[in-house]
Order: sequence, then C-alpha cells, then structure tokens
Amino acid sequence: MSKKTTSAWSRRDVLKASAASTAIAGAPLFFTRHAYGAEYLNNPGSNSTVTLGFNVPQSGAYADEGADELRAYKLAVKHLNGEGDGGMMNTMQPSSLKGNGILGKKVEYVTGDTQTKSDAARASAKRMIEKDGVVMVTGGSSSGVAVAVQSLCQDAGVIFMAGLTHANDTTGKDKKANGFRHFFNAFMSGAALGPVLKNAYGTERNAYHLTADYNWGWTQEQSIQASTESIGWSTAQKVLTPVGAGDFSQYITPILNSGADTLILNHYGKDMINSLTQAIQFGLRDRQVDGKDFQIIVPLFSRLMAQGAGDNIKGIFGSTNWHWSLSDAGSQAFVKSFGQEYGFPPSQAAHTCYVQTLLYADAVERAGTFEPCEVVASLEGHKFDGLGNGPTEYRAGDHQCFKDVLVVKGKENPSSQFDLLEIVEVTPRAQVEYPVDHEMFAGGDLGTCNNGV
Amino acid sequence: MNKLSAVSDWILFAGFSIAVLSMPVWLAPFGADYPDLMQRFAIFGLFAIGFNILFGLTGYLSFGHAAFLGIGSYAAVWSFKLLTMNVLPAIMLSVVVAGVFAFAVGYISLRRSGIYFSILTLAFAQMSYNLAYSVLTPITNGETGLQLTLSDARVIDGIAGIEVTRTLPFTNLFGLKMSGMPGFYFCAVVLIIGFFISIRIFRSPFGTMLKGIKSNQTRMAYTGLNTRPYLLWAFIISGMYAGLAGALMAVTDPLAGAERMQWTASGEVVLMTILGGVGTLVGPFLGAAFIKYFENIFSAYNSTNLNQVFDFLPDGIQAVAVDVAGLFVGSGWHLTLGLLFMVTVIFLPGGIMEGVRRLGLLVTGKSKKNKAPAAGSSSTANEHS
Repeated sequence: MSKKTTSAWSRRDVLKASAASTAIAGAPLFFTRHAYGAEYLNNPGSNSTVTLGFNVPQSGAYADEGADELRAYKLAVKHLNGEGDGGMMNTMQPSSLKGNGILGKKVEYVTGDTQTKSDAARASAKRMIEKDGVVMVTGGSSSGVAVAVQSLCQDAGVIFMAGLTHANDTTGKDKKANGFRHFFNAFMSGAALGPVLKNAYGTERNAYHLTADYNWGWTQEQSIQASTESIGWSTAQKVLTPVGAGDFSQYITPILNSGADTLILNHYGKDMINSLTQAIQFGLRDRQVDGKDFQIIVPLFSRLMAQGAGDNIKGIFGSTNWHWSLSDAGSQAFVKSFGQEYGFPPSQAAHTCYVQTLLYADAVERAGTFEPCEVVASLEGHKFDGLGNGPTEYRAGDHQCFKDVLVVKGKENPSSQFDLLEIVEVTPRAQVEYPVDHEMFAGGDLGTCNNGV
Repeated sequence: MNKLSAVSDWILFAGFSIAVLSMPVWLAPFGADYPDLMQRFAIFGLFAIGFNILFGLTGYLSFGHAAFLGIGSYAAVWSFKLLTMNVLPAIMLSVVVAGVFAFAVGYISLRRSGIYFSILTLAFAQMSYNLAYSVLTPITNGETGLQLTLSDARVIDGIAGIEVTRTLPFTNLFGLKMSGMPGFYFCAVVLIIGFFISIRIFRSPFGTMLKGIKSNQTRMAYTGLNTRPYLLWAFIISGMYAGLAGALMAVTDPLAGAERMQWTASGEVVLMTILGGVGTLVGPFLGAAFIKYFENIFSAYNSTNLNQVFDFLPDGIQAVAVDVAGLFVGSGWHLTLGLLFMVTVIFLPGGIMEGVRRLGLLVTGKSKKNKAPAAGSSSTANEHS
C-alpha cells in the first residue's frame, strides 16, 4: 500500500487549484443573482403576477386543519383575482381591495407540506422564498412550526401571516417584526373560559391537565391553570404527552386515582379526538368524585375536531376563534362562498387563513408596495371590521389581533353533521386583553422589520 | 495496478469536485438550483458518504445513524447560543460530541452483528429521539426545536466585542453570512473534503481490513486478528460524518429539532446509500441527491402545476390525468419514491452506480475493466434524477 508518490502530491495541488478557481470564477454569478434593482427580497418589479406561499400541514396530526386551510387560501386567491362572488371582500371595512389581484398583479401561489415538523416546514418555506420568489409566507396549525417559520421569514426578509397558531409565544416571547397573527391565543382562551366555567361548575374543582408537549401545550396549560386557579379551582396534576401519540390510555388511567374531578385536555387536532374518545371510553364522564360529576374541558375547540370526536363532545366547553354559525354579514358571506366552492362550511382554521390573506393584500394596497417594512407599517395598529369577528385591531406592540372570543359547547342535539357547537358566550375584547409585557408574553422583542437585502 | 487506481481516484475526485461546485449551473434545468436544496444535497450527501464507510465497507447495517445527525445539530446550536455565531467552533464541537456518542453506542452495539446489531442501533436512536423529544426538553426544547434567542450568552462574541442588536445574529464564517449561496459553497467544500477522506479510507490498509471483515469476519478472526477495534473505528468515523452533517444543517439554518433523530431519518440514509450503490464512492451522494430532489420538488407539485403539465390534453382526459398524477405528487411523493426504490432494487441491485456501469458498458461495447466508474459518470447519473 505504498501508492503515494511525490508525483501524486503535485497532481493534488493542480486539482486543488483548478477546483478552487472554478469556485472563485463561478461564485460572483450566483452571489449577485438576486441583487439587481431590488430594494427588497423577491420584488415582483414589473411582473404581471405576484406569488404567495401557502405552507400547511398535509400530513401528521394536524392534516385535517391543513387541508381546510389550503381550501381557504385557494378561495382567497380566487376572490383577490376577481373570480367568484368575492366573499368577505364585500363586507371588509375599510377595504382597498379592487378584485384585480394585488396592486394590479394577478395573485399566484405555491404550496408546501410542513408535515407538522419544524424542520420540514422551514425547508418548504425556504424553497418558496429562494426558488419560487414569494413575497409572503402564510400557514400554520402547529405553534412550534409557526414560531420556526416566523423566525425564518424574519431572517430572510419576507412577511409571515400566521395561520392557526394558538400558543402565547407566537406573539409573546417569539414575536417577530415580520410576523402577524390574526388567531386568538391561549391567554385569551383562559380569560374567556374562566367566568363561564365558574358559572357552570362552581368554584371548588380539582383539575387534571393532559398537555401536548410543545410550546402551544405549555402556554395553554399555563394560561388555563392561571385562569382556573383565579376562580378558586386547584390543580391536581399536569402531565405532558407527545404530539401524535395515537394511544393515550396510559395517560388516562392515572386520572382515575388522582382525586381530580375535571380533566383539561390541552390537545389539538387528531390528538384531541383520540384523547377525548379514549377518556370517554374509560368512563370518565360517568364518574362521580366527591359528589361532583366528572367534567372534561377542551380549551381550544374546533368544528373539525368536533366532527372527528362525534357524540363525545356533547356538553363539553371550549373556546374558538370563529364559528360558521355566526350571523354577521362577513361570516355569512364567507360561509356562503366557501360552501358553494366545497359543499360544506369552513372551519375556524380556514377562516383565519382566509382573513390573513385578505388582510395582507389590503395592507399591500394601502402601502402601495410589497416592500415588507412598508407592509408592516400599514398593518401595525390597523383597525378593521366585517371579517367575522366584529371590530378588530392589529396591535402594533406585538402584532396580535384583538377581538371578541367565542366560548362554545358541544351541542346536545345537532341538526346536521356540521352543526356541532353552540355559542355559549361572546366574550368582549376588553375582558381578554392584556398588556404587551404581560408575564406570559414577556422575554421577546419584535426587533426591526427586515426587507431581506 | 496500484498506480493506475491512484490516478483514476484523482480523476474521480476532480470530477466530483467540479460536479459539486458547478451544481448551480447544471441543476438549473431541473429547477433545483436554489441554495436551500443544494445545501441539502451536500449535507445529506456527506451523511450518506459517512454512512457508507460503515455499511459499504464492513456490511454492518446501522439503523440509528440519525441520532448522530441530531446530536451534531444540537451541539452546533448550543455552540451558537453559548459561544459564538462563527461556524468553525460549532462544527468542531459537533464532530467531537458525535464521535464520543458514537463510541459509546458502537462499543455496546458492536458486541453483536447482523440483525441484532441493526436492532441495537435502532433502539439507541429511538432512545435518543425520545430523550430529545420529551425528557431532555431543557436541553433540546422538545417538539418546538432548539432555536436562537436574543438573550443567548454568546460568550466569545461578547469578548470579541460584536454588538448585540435587536435582530438575531446570523451564522457566519468570520463575517461571511452562512445562508444562501455562501452557505452552499461552504457545505460543498466540506463535502469535497469529506469525499476525499472517504477515498483515502477506501484505499487504505484500514479500509482493506474493513472489506475483509465484510467478506468473512470469522476468517479474519482465525488469522489472529481482533476485528472489534476496526469496526469500532469505522462506526466512530461514520458517526462523526453524521455529526458533521448535522452541524452543517445547523450552520445553514440555526435550528435543531428532535425529528432529525427519528427512525424514519435513520431509514432515509439507508435508502440513500442503497439507492445510490452500497460500497461505491459516489453512489451514496447520488442517492442522497436523488431522494432530496424528490422530497423537495415532487412534494411541492399541486393541481395547478399538473394542469399546466397536462395542458395539451383534451379537457376530459386532462382532468383524469391530473387526478391520477395527483396521487403521485404533493403529499403523495412518498408513493413515487417507494415505486422508484422498488424498481431500482429489483432491476439494479447495485443502485444508480450499477445503472451507470451498465450504461458505460453499452456505450463502450466491451469494457476494459469492470472497476469503479470514472469521474464523468457522476453527472450522467444525475441527469436521470
């Protein structure tokens, strides 16, 4: 094995040099690719189209929500381009939308699968930004993913319009200047649910938490615990469960002997369907603890989950961002055009994604440019109405929307397979509002907006 | 003979380097010439090349190599958080940590061979995954993933007097931003170095020893040789490659998630190696590029794209064609990959490299030597992908 000779070394030098020179000669071509005439990343310039990126879970525990989000995005693009009946574009106030795309450019879109994993979501968002040249990325359904993609968009220099993400962190400790959230958050759920639970179940209860083990679960558990303890409840135990576990029986058996009389399920999507179904199969709701009926609470409820859980959701309290049975003009217009397109009513995930797309388009129209920093400025502090939640404000301090919150309950006698939740109370905005530096949201900084160049 | 193979190795190395560095040019027609995907080609290519040192040379099939990838990522992100945003300390730390961990896992797992070894490594990887996912959350941040924050210590950066701003700092190589194209070139250079080391190992006495273990370990033992240390070193080296790949993932995108350690990720690198050609030098890289291309390009196809593709068909047929093709793209890309994998394994058991060799035979008529393929073939093979 004495194959190395001195001649091999000189050959190596030649090769090294040639490889290096190839790299050096080639490099400038690529470093400068996006540099021409752009004062911000992915400037559509004089193109006749503009591209948006829809990054949703198409597989994993939140796939149902993702599919509905994608339907809403497609509908929003249709309406922005002046096709269909216009949906909530007709009820939105104030509105600068003209139905001829955004700033006269036809809206196109690319889609990606987040797989409900931060890694895959970032890869997919990067593809949209680097390859497809999107000016805005939107999507969600997992707060872990939303936080990861939001920080990517901040670093890259595009706008992120969060879809369904409910963790306090998204506009709390992980808030970013380029990111905006229309959806409500765990703190608001807690604040809205507290009084309702007090009326329904009294002030002496012992709660057991099962919590999805990631940032959303953590912040929701914290919020609900604070809220229930403030009405006098005690907390028996808090147990973390992995996302997408499928079988929750090993987490449910211990509840039977814990002395708790209330189970709080900080689960979402298929996880919530599974854990709730199994909790009921274990007979939790038929139990009596110290003379009190055992109760289950699902703080974040959605119609899609209710559909999956079937009869099990009857009488269970929760909160939601929006529900299709609302009777205001915006909601009705949206339900009508979504129903015509797909044959069933939209979920709250679909609603927030549709609204976010419209809000982005409107902000661009008002700013007169796609430049991220201008769009940020035009969204900050923006007040609007007619999008299904009543008067709403994008707070400048943390880019969180403030609006009324719905407390809902699983309907005892549903009239159709979609009519599963009844609205118990509309909690006014004032009751769920909190200061920007509230302790559950502290530790982050919006930073400065990034144009990407 | 020796001299001849040395020359052909140099040609292979040169061809490989040029092909890798010129990826932005020749990948353009495939729509894959954007930094993120090319970074992935380089990173997973490196991962597979390292895996091949164990699997290709010794025949020991590890089903837990993703654990080292994940550990490398976590180590790198912690280096960014605690020490400095410069990538070199992060990479060194990752390789060392992954090497130490590989020693521990290898020391235990290599007591068995064959399927028992595979199961042991799989068990270790799943343990690491579950630890990262739900037990060691203070270190790994669980499902959310370990990310940079404004309040990180960054001791060395602090001493060096780098100003703290309101935006997150970026990973850099002495000031050169490590995302986008510079990030790709950095990964490409590391890949080329990794490839070079892999050639040297293949051609070294150590490599020959490993091949001996693969062909007949019992006979090796009869000659009075203790094979364990050789195996352990091969395991550690491939673990360090995986750690390096994990570090590069964190370099180009400073985030580490537990899903990198999941068994599917371990399985993926096995697929890459087999698809490209086990035991060949270039094969694992080709397999990695092939799979990553599918994952990123096919999964992004939606009905709008398909409608454009089938635009030439009459309306009724177009709708059917789009529906049928829709099963194989978007979220159904796994289906396409599975089919292609089956076809490859059934008809080309030696992977892409065997296909290249057969093509070479077709072109030259009769071959002079059925040895490893020459340099130019790497780009030919990629045209299939």
